[in-house]
Amino acid sequence: MTKLAKPMFALLLLAGLGTPSAQADELRITARNATWQKECGACHVAYPPSLLPAASWREMMNTLDRHFGTDASLDAAQTKEILNFLTANAGRRAAVGKDGKPLQRITETNWFRHEHDEVPARLWKDARVKSPANCAACHQKAEAGDYGERSLRLPK
Amino acid sequence: MFTRHTLLLAIGLPLAATGARAETPNDFLAGFAKEAQSADANFKGFSAQRGEQFFKARHGGEWSCASCHTERPGQIGRHAVTGKRIDALAPQANAERFTSRRQVEKWFKRNCNDVLDRACTAQEKGDVLAYLMTVKP
Ligand code: HEC
Ligand code: HEC
Ligand code: HEC
Repeated sequence: MTKLAKPMFALLLLAGLGTPSAQADELRITARNATWQKECGACHVAYPPSLLPAASWREMMNTLDRHFGTDASLDAAQTKEILNFLTANAGRRAAVGKDGKPLQRITETNWFRHEHDEVPARLWKDARVKSPANCAACHQKAEAGDYGERSLRLPK
Repeated sequence: MFTRHTLLLAIGLPLAATGARAETPNDFLAGFAKEAQSADANFKGFSAQRGEQFFKARHGGEWSCASCHTERPGQIGRHAVTGKRIDALAPQANAERFTSRRQVEKWFKRNCNDVLDRACTAQEKGDVLAYLMTVKP
């Protein structure tokens, strides 16, 4: 297990994988973040807030009109609501690029690289994966926020 | 219901440049028509054929509307970068389409920016919608 084990555990609980009673409780929490789930899950899976620190989310929510080559802009109220949710649940590991700016990609963090260092290079280039950011290509339940090993299926 | 009330209120107001608050594809079409008319006195209505050409053509950038919504928008699309599934865009294939003003405005703004590097005109939006309304599942 890595340093991430605890936040990940919390995440899995959030995704409703805990005990049945925790499930019922946590599902309500998820529902309160329906805006994030819907808006940040429209073009890709809604990436878990714990995978980037608050500084990264702040920068991202400030530049949504230029979001990885696409316009993902939102109105001010929704931007604020989502930013609050992301920062309240952000990870605590620093993620800063060589230029000193907060990283914008989970897939560029040291944590991600370390966790995925056994994934063969050819897989990242596989047409079914397309991009390391395509979590769901390998993590079958990424949509539900579940990145556990049991739902891991590498494209063959 | 709250949305119903605001809806009625908005219909009573002059239809602003942002388009009518509406809840059916036909309401949107009417809103775009008013808008197009006030932008151009010679406005002659919408054309599904022009909308289809617009939808399938690139406009200077890398993508057309069809890059994500496919050349057959009655079917499921895929995001050009991420590969994520996009439900069908044509209202006959997907009853949720063109029923929320907030949703429609948000995506026209984003997608037109991505494809044309500017906002779409009311004429363009009306043409595209007229086309989409003819598309069978
Ligand atoms: C209009 C489409 C769109 C919307 C809406 C959108 N994104 Fe993205 N996002 C993208 C694209 C395209 C990429 C680049 C994916 C790639 O490189 O494979 C991306 C990448 C990302 C990445 C980096 C993934 C990685 O680690 O490489 C993060 C984090 C992210 N988005 C967060 C968000 C958040 C938070 C929201 C909601 C506020 C959001 N996105 C909404 C299109 C979108
Ligand atoms: C090409 C396939 C692939 C892609 C794409 C991928 N992963 Fe993984 N992921 C793996 C593999 C393989 C492991 C390692 C499992 C192990 O060694 O125990 C892993 C491990 C993880 C773990 C740790 C799980 C645990 O139980 O310790 C997390 C969290 C994770 N990935 C998140 C992500 C996220 C978030 C994305 C998208 C931004 C992503 N992954 C994209 C294959 C992938
Ligand atoms: C890069 C990918 C991409 C391109 C290019 C693109 N779209 Fe979209 N479009 C999306 C996504 C993603 C959604 C929202 C997903 C969903 O609601 O299922 C969307 C939603 C929409 C909606 C919302 C309809 C509704 O009522 O829900 C409209 C209208 C729309 N697109 C029109 C267009 C037009 C017109 C173009 C060309 C100018 C275009 N799109 C180009 C990805 C794209």
